[in-house]
Amino acid sequence: MNNSDTAWLLVATALVLLMTPALGFFYGGLVRKKNALNTMMMSVCALGFVGLGWALVGYSIAFGRGNAWLGDLSMAFLRGVDLQPQGTIPHLLFFAFQGTFAIITAALISGAIVERMRFGPYLAFLTLWGILVYAPLAHWVWGGGWLAKLGVLDFAGGTVVHVNAAAAALVAALVLSPRKDYARRAVLPHNVPFTLLGAGLLWFGWFGFNGGSALAANGIAALAFVNTMLAPIATLVVWTLLDLSRTGRATAVGAATAIVVGLVAITPAAGYVSPISALLLGAVAAVPSYFALLWRARTRIDDSLDVVAAHGVGGTVGALLTGVLAQKSWNGVADGLLFGNPRQLAIQAVSVLGTIAFSAAGTFAIIKLLGVFGAVRASARDEGLGLDVTQHGEEAYSRGEGAILVLPDAGTSRGLPVTAAALLETGPGPP
Amino acid sequence: MKLVVAIVRPEKLADVLESLFRAEVRGLTLHRVQGHGGETERVETYRGTTVKMGLSDKIRLEIGVSDHFVQPTVDAILESARTGEVGDGKVFVLPVEKVYRIRTGEEDQAAVTPIEELAPT
Repeated sequence: MNNSDTAWLLVATALVLLMTPALGFFYGGLVRKKNALNTMMMSVCALGFVGLGWALVGYSIAFGRGNAWLGDLSMAFLRGVDLQPQGTIPHLLFFAFQGTFAIITAALISGAIVERMRFGPYLAFLTLWGILVYAPLAHWVWGGGWLAKLGVLDFAGGTVVHVNAAAAALVAALVLSPRKDYARRAVLPHNVPFTLLGAGLLWFGWFGFNGGSALAANGIAALAFVNTMLAPIATLVVWTLLDLSRTGRATAVGAATAIVVGLVAITPAAGYVSPISALLLGAVAAVPSYFALLWRARTRIDDSLDVVAAHGVGGTVGALLTGVLAQKSWNGVADGLLFGNPRQLAIQAVSVLGTIAFSAAGTFAIIKLLGVFGAVRASARDEGLGLDVTQHGEEAYSRGEGAILVLPDAGTSRGLPVTAAALLETGPGPP
Repeated sequence: MKLVVAIVRPEKLADVLESLFRAEVRGLTLHRVQGHGGETERVETYRGTTVKMGLSDKIRLEIGVSDHFVQPTVDAILESARTGEVGDGKVFVLPVEKVYRIRTGEEDQAAVTPIEELAPT
């Protein structure tokens, strides 16, 4: 047990947990006003529902001994997850740190299905997905599964988190079909400052995500930490220049997206590549995601907030470039193509394809299963009115005019039409 | 000339504008308003506070038209704004005493008739 490692992982766990509400802001700013709370709740509720599933069985499926494909249930209900060392930190802390990854991965999917999914089925989807898709995939790469044995390099979850979430997002968007207004009306972000705030907080949290994945407070943590700063820097510059050269204007939504793309791309590589390679990786990653966004908007694929372009394309580029740029002199683990080990690139490609296949199939099965129990999609009427009012009974920006207090003992009057007299009594203000 | 005042659902606004455009009605003013028209109110809850929202968000359109344009305008609004549920709104047609176009000083009929060559294509 090492106290400084423990201290860093305590902080890193909190940093990664912050990324999920940050994602709520990032996504929430990009949707219409009438769906702002619903979109943010899709991230916030992942904290609860995925977190609970992780504590009860997910962690054991991911990190239990099991076989090459699946962990076992030996640690279900946190049995044996105690203060004994796991590496150099308490086992319990390792469990919590990994749990924050499960939560954000599931929350990422929501970007593809905003503004149209009923909330109950969404919560069921989150819970099942965290246990049945995320946990086995985490086992493959980090729990001693077949990809780990193959020698895949995935430092903090380029495939497990980002490619996985993006494959699920694409399937979910296709199964749910586009929003009724998609490609028929202008659907604009209602609060771009929220999106910038979310991107900033995501970057902040990502230092824990990548830096913490060293599972120690050591040189590799410092490498991953600094690379987490450098890669998005390069992505942001290239993205902005692309924006400027294409339209003459650098956009704020573009900048926020660029930061996330750079962070996604460096995630698998963070502790494996040199700092100068991280800059190169971030710069290169901007291009495919930038054009994937432009292409996607012209299709009938309503991946509303471009989870595939940012996390799928960015994650794939990052995972493959890890196989190119990895450097044993920095990481002490393995070299990539550029340093004389072409086999690493092939392994990286296998891990991306395996992740996409499993995640897509699992996600499809879960949504179809939920469809058996009732409509997964909100009605056209609810979609028109907005999901904040119809799913949550709240508004993001309520002015409170015309609101009539329902006293606890008057609960029986719920659902009755308001009479003109009642309106006059409470004084709705000047017409 | 008449002034057509329509109160419609915000979520139907895009449909209404599209329909008016198709009917070649150009020139309108739009307000975001709140009102109450007999629809069942929504119940919202914020922590322990439960409220009934007695007023709903609506869009109020004002369109000045010449007499032979009144019916096409009203028809365009009626068919595009309807959902069939209470709360779809109202259309009022009001008499207008006098209209001036500020730019040219034109009056009445001429003031509410778009000038073809200046109209957007």
